[in-house]
Amino acid sequence: MSPPTLAVWKFASCDGCQLTLLDCEDELLTIAGQVQIATFLEASSSIMGGPYDVSLVEGSITTAADERRIKEIREQSKVLVTIGACATAGGVQALRNFADVEEFVSVVYARPEYIDTLATSTPASAHVKVDYQLQGCPIDRGQLLDTLAALLVGRKPRLPAKTVCTECKLRGVTCVVVAEGIPCLGPVTHAGCGALCPSYHRGCYGCFGPAATPNTAALIPLLRRDRMSEGGVERVFSTFNVANFAAERNDP
Amino acid sequence: MNSETRTLTVGALTRVEGEGALHVTLTDGTVESVELNIYEPPRFFEAFLRGRAYTEPPDITARVCGICPVAYQVSACNAIEDACGVTLDHELAELRRLLYCGEWIHSHALHIYLLHAPDFLGYPDAISFAKDHREFFERGLALKKAGNRLMEQLGGRAIHPINVRLGGFYSVPRRNDLKPLAEQLRRALDDALFTVRSVAEFEFPAAESDHELLALTQPGRYAIENGTIRRSAGPAFPVAEFGDHVEELQVPHSTALHATLDGARYLTGPLARYSLNSAALSPIARQAAAEAGLGDECRNPFRSIVVRAVEVVYAIEEALRIIKEYKQPPRPFVDVPPRAGVGHGVSEAPRGLLYHRYEIGDDGLIRAATIVPPTAQNQAAIEYEMAQLVAGNLSQDDATLTSLCERSIRNHDPCISCSAHFLTLTVDRK
Repeated sequence: MSPPTLAVWKFASCDGCQLTLLDCEDELLTIAGQVQIATFLEASSSIMGGPYDVSLVEGSITTAADERRIKEIREQSKVLVTIGACATAGGVQALRNFADVEEFVSVVYARPEYIDTLATSTPASAHVKVDYQLQGCPIDRGQLLDTLAALLVGRKPRLPAKTVCTECKLRGVTCVVVAEGIPCLGPVTHAGCGALCPSYHRGCYGCFGPAATPNTAALIPLLRRDRMSEGGVERVFSTFNVANFAAERNDP
Repeated sequence: MNSETRTLTVGALTRVEGEGALHVTLTDGTVESVELNIYEPPRFFEAFLRGRAYTEPPDITARVCGICPVAYQVSACNAIEDACGVTLDHELAELRRLLYCGEWIHSHALHIYLLHAPDFLGYPDAISFAKDHREFFERGLALKKAGNRLMEQLGGRAIHPINVRLGGFYSVPRRNDLKPLAEQLRRALDDALFTVRSVAEFEFPAAESDHELLALTQPGRYAIENGTIRRSAGPAFPVAEFGDHVEELQVPHSTALHATLDGARYLTGPLARYSLNSAALSPIARQAAAEAGLGDECRNPFRSIVVRAVEVVYAIEEALRIIKEYKQPPRPFVDVPPRAGVGHGVSEAPRGLLYHRYEIGDDGLIRAATIVPPTAQNQAAIEYEMAQLVAGNLSQDDATLTSLCERSIRNHDPCISCSAHFLTLTVDRK
């Protein structure tokens, strides 16, 4: 039996999530022994046509050509996994969704007519069916490895819908909010990072995006109590997962 | 009149960071045009940074590039600290340099082994050559891992570190925390010297570039996390005058802006750094360079892989020196209160000089942001080198010529995600 094929695709993004695969230094050759890497432009000049058993998709959809390309990739892929905040939420470039993209183009480019871009930056799931998604800016290496292993043996990936706050308690990190009054998004942010920021004496800034039903209505008064300004509260929810926080916040 | 047309096309460049293509047109054996098409979709960082708090650019601009996030964080910090009139404590500046050494080690090891070496060994990728050159590849991975572990320990994680802030860090390590890291780096130094020896034996096509070179310089050491601007064919100038000398122009075939230095093409990155600053390398790195056949300057872009390997040796030695001299700073960061004004910041990203400029308003919000990444600065030089290479190899068949063009691009480790554009290679021969 020939090994399953893996394809890695990039849309508008920073390359960091696909780099996570190459950052698996100890596992890279093992992975390469278990799957056939069919298409991975960043890593190989050898490009195989589909269909593919698993496609990892990084980046958000921001051009008409990319709208077509994600549909072709879906048709060619048995399992499609989106990786990272760009692919799962539109990324930081989705700030354009709440602004005037023409004005954005004119700020960066002297000749806006050369630039082809959509008014929105959207996740793959806005265009095609997505089987699994790994949140995070960037994704967590452990979650990526577990997901690949799960797909190889045919079980469901373990992607628990916990919060960073839960991970933090499990790790035994001293709560930065309770002990020091540092504003922290841990209670509303999706798990996966292992509560990195609090372990470095910093409040969570939400780079893994919203957890299921994030109770921002309860959290925001605490952020204000801990001296986060009105503008600061809006900005902290408007970064790498701006579109998903905007869609899921329950504060009035 | 009949004119002969040849067309070479690479629709999607591989083993580069980001998405791009190339278009070369030859008419009757003369190179008519060479275009590096960066079609990576624009993400508009400079536009949406306006109205953000002055504390946010280090985290936000890190997301320009997953391969060199520390470069973005540090250039942003340097620029905003400049605007606010704050200088870092010595120990904190050294820790910032230590973190940056980690990024040089990881990024250079990634390029040397996974992106560039397959060209010299004749394989499509590193996974394929690993079957025949197992030790070479495994030592490369060990080297890359050492860089990543350094970034993880100081930054929290290797991609988009969370521990960097204006004025320093959220938390700083204790002296003892760094001992296991030093142990790993000492082993990595052997791997790095092995890398220099190994890549020095590759076969290098003859080439010599005559671009003006631009790099940072620091007294008594190789510039990494900051410095003053030095150039090969003109007087040095202060960082604040960067915008007076470097102009960014838009071209139709690219979402990256092309930069010129006083109106002319120039090169930044390892070749520029080495050629301007090789005397500032540590004794072990200098000796490794000499044994690898490098002189005081290196003008052959194909040899950039050797220069990167030498820079990895240097980055590891620097990291070990900083760890050895490290004393836990009394405070993890210096306060950086907002101040209205303009600040400029530079640092040496693995791919070359990265410039940031911010204008901060009375309300502590960003009024304007400018980012000039290395690949935008190098785009004209990359296109020029390809034109030279094509002109000098017209007798080669299309496949050979195309592959030579792709290699020529990889010599500069272009980061297309950074420059906001994507490359596709097409060569028309008319």
